[in-house]
Amino acid sequence: MEKMARVTTALGGNTITGRTMFCHLDAPANAISVCRDAAQVVVAGRNIFKIYSIDEDQFVEKLNLRVGRKPSLNFSCADVVWHQMDENLLATAATNGVVVTWNLGKPSRNKQDQLFTEHKRTVNKVCFHPTEVYMLLSGSQDGYMKCFDLRKKDSVSTFSGQSESVRDVQFSIRDYFTFAATFENGNVQLWDIRRPDRYERMFTAHNGPVFCCDWHLEDRGWLATGGRDKMVKVWDMNTNRAKEIYCVQTIASVARVKWRPECKHHIATCSMMVDHNIYVWDVRRPFIPSAMFEEHKDVTTGIVWRHLHDPYFLLSGSKDSTLYQHIFKDASQPIDRANPEGLCYSLFGDLAFAAKESLISSDSNRKPYIGDRRHPIFFKRKLDPTEQFEYISSSSALSVFETDLESGSMDWFVRTAKQYVLAGRPLAELCDHNAKVAKELDRDQVAQTWTMLRIIYSSPGTVPSANLNHSLGKGSTSLPLMNSFNLKDIPPGIGNESRLERSKGESRSENILMDSSSTLINNDENEETEGSDVPADYLLGDVEGDEDELYMMDHENPHAEEQEYILPQEAFPLRHEIVDNPSALDHLQDKADSPHVSGNEAETVSLTPVESFSLISISHSLYENRLPPDFFSPIVRDMLLFYAEQGDVQMAVSVLIVLGDRIKKEIDEQTQEHWYTSYIDLLQRFQLWNISNEVIKLSTCRAINCLNQASTTLHINCSNCKRPMSNKGWICDRCRQCASMCAVCHHVVKGLFVWCQGCSHGGHLQHIMKWLETSSHCPAGCGHLCEYT
Amino acid sequence: MIVAGSDCCGGTGIKGYLPCEQCGDLRTKEILQEGTERAQRQLFIEAFVSAGRVDNITMVMGLHPEYLASFWKTQYLLLRLDGPLPYHKRHYIAIMAAARHQCSYLVGFHVAEFLKVGGNPGWLQGLHCAPQKLRNLNEINKILAHRPWLITKEHIEALLKTGENSWSLAELIQALVLLTHYHSLASFVFGCGINLETDQEGGHAFQPPSPRSCDSSPASEDGVSGSSGKDAMQEVEVLMARMKLLQECQLEEEGVTQEEMETRFELEKTESLLVAPSVDIAEHALPPNVLCFVEDPEFGYKDFTRKGEQAPPTFRAQDYTWEDHGYSLINRLYPDMGQLLDEKFQVVYNLTYNTIAMHSGVDTTMLRRAIWNYIHCVFGIRYDDYDYGEVNQLLERSLKVYIKTVACYPEKATRRMYTHFWRHFKHSEKVHMNLLLLEARMQAALLYALRAITRYMT
Repeated sequence: MEKMARVTTALGGNTITGRTMFCHLDAPANAISVCRDAAQVVVAGRNIFKIYSIDEDQFVEKLNLRVGRKPSLNFSCADVVWHQMDENLLATAATNGVVVTWNLGKPSRNKQDQLFTEHKRTVNKVCFHPTEVYMLLSGSQDGYMKCFDLRKKDSVSTFSGQSESVRDVQFSIRDYFTFAATFENGNVQLWDIRRPDRYERMFTAHNGPVFCCDWHLEDRGWLATGGRDKMVKVWDMNTNRAKEIYCVQTIASVARVKWRPECKHHIATCSMMVDHNIYVWDVRRPFIPSAMFEEHKDVTTGIVWRHLHDPYFLLSGSKDSTLYQHIFKDASQPIDRANPEGLCYSLFGDLAFAAKESLISSDSNRKPYIGDRRHPIFFKRKLDPTEQFEYISSSSALSVFETDLESGSMDWFVRTAKQYVLAGRPLAELCDHNAKVAKELDRDQVAQTWTMLRIIYSSPGTVPSANLNHSLGKGSTSLPLMNSFNLKDIPPGIGNESRLERSKGESRSENILMDSSSTLINNDENEETEGSDVPADYLLGDVEGDEDELYMMDHENPHAEEQEYILPQEAFPLRHEIVDNPSALDHLQDKADSPHVSGNEAETVSLTPVESFSLISISHSLYENRLPPDFFSPIVRDMLLFYAEQGDVQMAVSVLIVLGDRIKKEIDEQTQEHWYTSYIDLLQRFQLWNISNEVIKLSTCRAINCLNQASTTLHINCSNCKRPMSNKGWICDRCRQCASMCAVCHHVVKGLFVWCQGCSHGGHLQHIMKWLETSSHCPAGCGHLCEYT
Repeated sequence: MIVAGSDCCGGTGIKGYLPCEQCGDLRTKEILQEGTERAQRQLFIEAFVSAGRVDNITMVMGLHPEYLASFWKTQYLLLRLDGPLPYHKRHYIAIMAAARHQCSYLVGFHVAEFLKVGGNPGWLQGLHCAPQKLRNLNEINKILAHRPWLITKEHIEALLKTGENSWSLAELIQALVLLTHYHSLASFVFGCGINLETDQEGGHAFQPPSPRSCDSSPASEDGVSGSSGKDAMQEVEVLMARMKLLQECQLEEEGVTQEEMETRFELEKTESLLVAPSVDIAEHALPPNVLCFVEDPEFGYKDFTRKGEQAPPTFRAQDYTWEDHGYSLINRLYPDMGQLLDEKFQVVYNLTYNTIAMHSGVDTTMLRRAIWNYIHCVFGIRYDDYDYGEVNQLLERSLKVYIKTVACYPEKATRRMYTHFWRHFKHSEKVHMNLLLLEARMQAALLYALRAITRYMT
C-alpha cells in the first residue's frame, strides 16, 4: 500500500519531466530495463552493463557493473530486468546460458549476487514476478524455462516446452500463478507456475519464431505477441481458445512489444532487422502507426516505458550504442501527414470517393464534374473519452459519382478492334476499310484520319482515278471525305484527275504552313467560323445529319454556316459544359491541352491537328508540286502521339501497324512498346484474345513479338485420377500411370490428342479417325457410341 | 515424416549403387524400377523430370530423403524459378563458385546448363570474356570461398554503388546465396567423392579414385585388416562412452570457469591449425576449362589465427544469428528463399535416425552439435553457450582433419581421409556428416555475407 502511494505522489508531484535526449554508450545495447521509481535505467549488452540515472536533461552514468580485468562471459547479457518491487535487485541473462542476479546494496564493487548455471544454451529472457520478491523466471534456447527462488541455490521448478527454443517469458500481471512463454516454432504456451509437468494451454501464434510477448497492463486477458513474420497480434485469453482480436502488420520482424501505459489500445514495437524506428500503434488502426520515433541509426534492441503510469516517456537502447529518452510530444505522427482517402468502384461503374472534409472544401474552385451526382455524407468520429491524447477530430466527405451506362460503354472499342483490318491488303484498302469501320461507329474524326493517311501514303498511281470518279458518282458512301475535298476545292472547268492531285498537293502545302506556325486558327476560313453566331450546341450536337450535308456540299455555293460543319467531331453526345464556351474552336483547343478527367477518357472529344489542317486548307488556292510521303512523318507522328495521349491507344497502334516501316522510325522503340503493351492489355481485358494475338504477331517490336513465345505451358490433368499433372513427364505422380494414352495403340499421345466428349476416351488423331471409319463403338471398349465429325 | 532409417538404406537396392557411381543414369533406371523406398523414388522422379537427369549428387543425397526434398526445393528456386537474376547468369555464377574449388564436376554440369538456357558460349572461354558485372563478383566469390570472415561492407558497397555494372540488392542476395550454395556443394562433391556421370564429357576417363570403398558397409572394411577392424569397433565404443559421460557430466561439471571456456574455444581454434591436410597430396593439374573461370588461383583458405598476426575478431554467433537476423534480411530481399533455407538448415540440424554405427536408439544431438559448431569454429564463429571441450572429446583427430579439409580446401580431400575417419560407420552416416558440413559451411559464409550487407544498410 505504501509503495503504491509513493508512485502516485511521484506522479502527482510531477517528478517525471524531461525532454528528448540521448547519451552515447560504449557498446551496442541488447536490452534495457527501468527502475521502479523511473529515475534510473540499466543498459546491458555484450560489452556493456551500466546504470544511468535519468536527470532533467541528461543521462548520468551512475554505476558500471562490468568489473574485473577480463570480464567473463557472465557479463555478456542477452537480457536484463530490474525488479519492480526491490530497487536493489537486478537479473541478467547471459549469452552463455547463465542467469545472474545482482544486488546493488552490496558494499563491494562487484555487485554480482547469485549465479545459476542450469541452462545449457543461451538464456533469452529473464523475468521477475510482478509482486513476489524472490521469484525469477528464465527462458532459454535449450527449450526449458526455469523458475528460481532467489533464497535458494537452485531452480525451484523446470518447465519443458517440448518444442523449440524459448524466446520470451512473461508473468501475467494479474494472475498470480500464470506466465506466458513464446517459442521459436511459432507457439505460445501458458503455464501455471505450480504445475511444471504440463502447460495449461498452447496455441500457434505466428509463422516462424515468436520473439516477444507482453501482457496488457489493465485488461487481464490480453496478450500481445510479435514475431518474425512481421506481425504484432493481440490475443484475448479469456475465452477457451485464444482469440486473435487485433493484428498489426509491420515492415520488419518484431523484436519487442510493450503496451503503452494508460492507453488501452496503444502498443510500442521495435524491429529486429532493417528498420530502426520505434512505432507506437493503435491496434484498432493497424495500417498506420500513431507515433514514430526515428532517432536511432541502427536497430533498436530494447524499449521500455519509463514509468508504469506515464504514457509520455519512452526509453530505448540500440545497436548504434545510444540510449534515448523519447518524449511523446516530439514523436512524428504519420497520421498527420497522411491524407486518408478512399476510392472504390461499384459493380455498375459508380465511383465512390471519400476524403477528409478539409481537403475537399479547400478545393472549392474546382468545377464539379458533369454527371457528378454527389451524395455528400458527413460523419464525425465520436471521440472516445478515454483517448484524450492525440486524436484530432476528423470528419470526411463521401462523394459518389455515377456514370451513366451508355457513355461508359466500351462497345466501340470492341467493335473497332474486331473489324479493323491491319494487314494483308494494300495500304490504301486497309485505310479505306478502317475508315469505313470508324465511320460506321460514328467516329468521324478517326475515319477522317484514316482517309488522310491513305491520301498521304498511298501513291497516286495505286489509286486509279476512274475508281475515284466512280465513287464520286456514287456519292459519299465509300470515300466520303475524299469526295468532299474534291467537290469543295475544284474550281469549275478542271478535270477530275488533276483535281484530285491538286487537292492533295494543296493539303500538303497547307500542312507545311501549319507546321511552321503550329497554330490552328490562322486562315480566313477559321476566322469566319469564329465569327459566326451559330450556337456551339447546335454545331456539335447532331452530327449525323450535318455530315451528310458536308459531304454533299456544293462548291459553287460556299456558305458560311455550312463551313461550320468541318468541325464536327466524334458523334457521341457531348457534355453540357461545352455550351458555356464562347467559341467552339477555342474550346476544342482547350480540350486538347487540358487533361479532361472523366470516367471515359477514351472518348473525349478530340480534334487532331492533322485533320483540321486538311479540312481548313481546302479552300486555298491549289499547288501543283507534290511532296514525298516522308515529309509528313512528323505530322503523322504527332497525330499518333496525340491519339495515345487522348487514351485512344487503339488508334495509335492500328496506324502503327498499318503504316509499318513508313512511320516506325519516327517513334522511339520504348513508346511503341508502351503503346503495344497497353493495347494488348486492353484487348485481353475485353477477352479479345485472337485480336491481341494478331497484334502481337504484327507488331514490329521485338519485345512485343516475343510475348507470343512466353508462357506456352499447357497445364493438364491426369486422365485417371483427375489431379493436375505437376511434372513435365507423361507419368502422373499420384496414380503412377501414364496419362493420355491412346485408346487404340496404347501408347502415350504426345501431340494432338482427340477425345470423345461423351466417354472421354481418345488418342492419336490418326488412330481414332481410322478406328471410327470401321467401327462406331469407342476403341476403349466402354461401349459408348463415339462419333467423329 | 519420411521413415528411411539408414539400416534400410544400407540394405537392398540403394546400397549397391553407392560404391560404383560411375554408372549413374543406368542405375537410376534400375532404382526406379526396383521401387525401393517410395519417398526416395518419388524424389528421384521429381529430380529427373525437372533436370532431365538424376545426377550423382541427388543419388547420394537420396540416402537422406528428408533432406533431399528440402535441398531440391531450394536449388529449384535458386536456379529455375523466378528471381532477380536471369537464368544464364545464375548458372554462370554457379560455374564461378564451383571453379573456385576446382570442382570440375559442377563446372561441367553448369556449363551444359548455361548453354541450355541460352547463355552466350563466348563467356565460357573464361572469366575475362564475361560481362564486367559478373567479373565484379569475383572478389566476393574468392573471399566467400576461402576466407569469408574478410568480407566487409566495403565489398558490398563496391558492388552496389550506382554505375553501369552495378548490382541491385535483390540480385546481390541471390548471387550470394548461389555462391555459398555452390561453394559448399563443392565441399559435398569432394567430401563424398562424387564422380562424373557417364554421359558427361570425361565421364569415362580415369578419375581420381572415389573415396568410397567398393562394397558393403561398414564403409572402410576394405582398407582395414582384421585387427584394426577391432580398433574401429573400439573407437565407436569409446565415442559412445564419452557421449554418455558428457551427458551425465553436464549437471555436475559446474566448476569450469568462464575463462576456461574461453581458452577452450581458442584452443580448438588454434588446434585446427595443426589439422591442416598433409602436403604430400600432389596438386593435380587443373583442366584448363575449369581454370579459366578462376582469377587469382593462389588465394586460398588461410587460418585466421596465425601466429604473430592480429586475428580478426571472433564472430559471436549470438550477435548475428541465422534465425533472427539472417532470415529476416534474406526474406526481405528474396522472399521465398529465406523460408526454404531456414527449413533446410533445420532439417539438416535435426536430422537423426538415432543410430551410431551398429548401435541404435542413441541420442546423437551432442555429436551433431559438436560437428556443426566445430565447422563454424573453423570459420571463426563462436557460440557463447557451447563448451568447446566437447569437440575434443567427441571428434577424433582423423575426423577433424577430414572436416577441416572438406570445409576449407575440399579439392584436397582424398579417399584415404574418407576411409580413415569413423571407420565403423555406415556410408549413409558419413554422407549425413557431409550434409552437416555442407549446411554449416553455407550458413557460416552466409552469416558473414549478410552481416556485411546489414552493416552496409545501416
